[in-house]
Amino acid sequence: MTKETLFKQGAIWAFIAVELAFFTIAGDFLSTSDKSFMDFDNMLLLLKQSAPIGIIAVGMTIIMINGNIDLSVGAVFALAAVVMLDSMTWPFMAALGDWAIPLAWLFALTTGMVLGAINGFIVWKTGVDAFIVTLGSMLGYRGLVFMYNGEQPTSHLNWTLVDFAEAQFLGLHTATWFFLVCVLVLWLVMTRTVHGRNAYAIGNNREAAVNAGIKVGPHILLNFVIIGFLAALSAVVFYSESGSVNPNDGMLYELWAITAVVLGGTKLMGGYGSIISTLGGVIAIQLLRKGLGHIGADTETVNLVIGLILIAVLILDRQLNQKGKQELRT
Amino acid sequence: MAGLTKQGVAGFLAKQGILVAFVVFMIVFTLANPRFIDIDNISGVVRSSAILGVMALGVTFVVIGGNLDLSVGSMMSFSTIVVLDLHDKIGPALAIPAMFALTLCLGAFIGILVGYLKLNSLIVTLGMLSAIHGLTLTWSGGKNMDIADKEGTWFAVFGQGSILGIPTPILLFALVAAVLGIVLSKTPFGRKIYAVGGNGTAATFSGVPRARVVFLTYLVSSLCVAIAGLMQASRSLGSQNTVGQGMELEVLAAVILGGASLLGGSGTIFKTVIGVLILGFIQNGLLLVGLPFYVQYVVTWVIIILAVWLDIAAKRGRLLSPIA
Repeated sequence: MTKETLFKQGAIWAFIAVELAFFTIAGDFLSTSDKSFMDFDNMLLLLKQSAPIGIIAVGMTIIMINGNIDLSVGAVFALAAVVMLDSMTWPFMAALGDWAIPLAWLFALTTGMVLGAINGFIVWKTGVDAFIVTLGSMLGYRGLVFMYNGEQPTSHLNWTLVDFAEAQFLGLHTATWFFLVCVLVLWLVMTRTVHGRNAYAIGNNREAAVNAGIKVGPHILLNFVIIGFLAALSAVVFYSESGSVNPNDGMLYELWAITAVVLGGTKLMGGYGSIISTLGGVIAIQLLRKGLGHIGADTETVNLVIGLILIAVLILDRQLNQKGKQELRT
Repeated sequence: MAGLTKQGVAGFLAKQGILVAFVVFMIVFTLANPRFIDIDNISGVVRSSAILGVMALGVTFVVIGGNLDLSVGSMMSFSTIVVLDLHDKIGPALAIPAMFALTLCLGAFIGILVGYLKLNSLIVTLGMLSAIHGLTLTWSGGKNMDIADKEGTWFAVFGQGSILGIPTPILLFALVAAVLGIVLSKTPFGRKIYAVGGNGTAATFSGVPRARVVFLTYLVSSLCVAIAGLMQASRSLGSQNTVGQGMELEVLAAVILGGASLLGGSGTIFKTVIGVLILGFIQNGLLLVGLPFYVQYVVTWVIIILAVWLDIAAKRGRLLSPIA
């Protein structure tokens, strides 16, 4: 690992360290609660709360490394949640008792994979830019959510499921475990498998990848299936606990996920990025939300700060890249 | 000869396909429900599309220049909230120019970042979407904004009034479309936008000030947002903080439907107007035949993909993408 990549991948963690230090010190002066910010339970909760967006952001990372984008994840999230909660009320499912749970999860995850596959297939076969394809399906899938159950919320509480979602294993919440396992698996996929290597190659230079004999289409399709699966998994994790989904849930999730991914340093142009840095990006955003609340800032300022930080990161990144290029020239 | 005609037909469809689709669409819905073509109904559709339409006109400039603007929705919320808040504090005559100035400042800020600093427009405007939303919430304290004396103000004229029997929103939409259409097609500035969006490097080498042109497209976009915010505020005389939320993507859908390429360099104001009207009439037509409002989302999805796909297919001469 060169000094430059080390610096780039370390930047997000340095930023997190600064955030922690800042909110801890500022919290001592400003916070109204006597709990310290770095409180262990507080940090565990933070991880749990970052899981829903985090799981989606992991998927968004591989899509963006591949040189595409997916704006439909929020709608996929909602539709998978509706399918999961609604399927548990079907007559034959009710007869299964608690065995209905894994089946409902399976239905939800399959829904996500099918929706992802539709996106990927259209991108592959029509050659229409993924931005437009998923902009369209963002609307279309949202329409399907509404068509499923009208404007009514879909609710079904299953206490076994709630207990499972609220459980803690080795201190970490169920949602956190799901998040971390996703990070680990996708990191392995992207760094240790042929698919991962090819995804980078396609994102870096699609033409060159085609010339090198890489089957571009199937890789794109697979990545969209993965992000569909992850958006559905995120819904499964979140709605197992809450048990009720509104047809508008998950709106703007795509933008939050993209923000986290970009904050982690993944390039929109493709070919560059890392799953671990996205984990950093997700944690950094959640830390900011919690931290600003902790020091008594209005929750309204969170959006302002996150937006400005995103732009600042972009400016910084450009300065660094330019400096690197100039050094190469001399 | 036959081949030539076929090519001619294909070429015409590729160029004006969206217009043909629009006409076919209107005929089908008129056959399904004659009320669809009723003048009151048409005026109603155009009127309710006007706010989205004005925003789409501005975004057309940005998109032709080769960039994206995802911040228009939250910027529209901002201008709506600001003008409503200032209306009661400094009066409508001062509130309107103040709101325009503030909104243009936001547009200028984005323009500097994307134009002069050459930052990626998708991320910049994504960041601004969030930042402006925060700004709006800070301004309003998270509360809904309402005009105290809703009966006694002339402010409602932009959203609810009418001149010579034509509703003001339609007039404003037509006026902005006409002005921007002329700017885009008949002025050097308009030609420069196409040049910058079509091939930025070539434009720079031929002496087109790329940074300034991009900067100005964002200024135009924010001006349109300010007008849309004025119409929105005037129509409802009260507003939530999230009134424009999600509109950025609907606006983009209308622009793409009109045939502007996201790569820049193509698109026209006229086609964007068609795109806006198609979205509006789809919504209205589906409601008229008795379907719930959300069916339009699915129909819009199919239409957007088909429109762009056929456009690309016509250009490359084959239906399916050649990539393996």
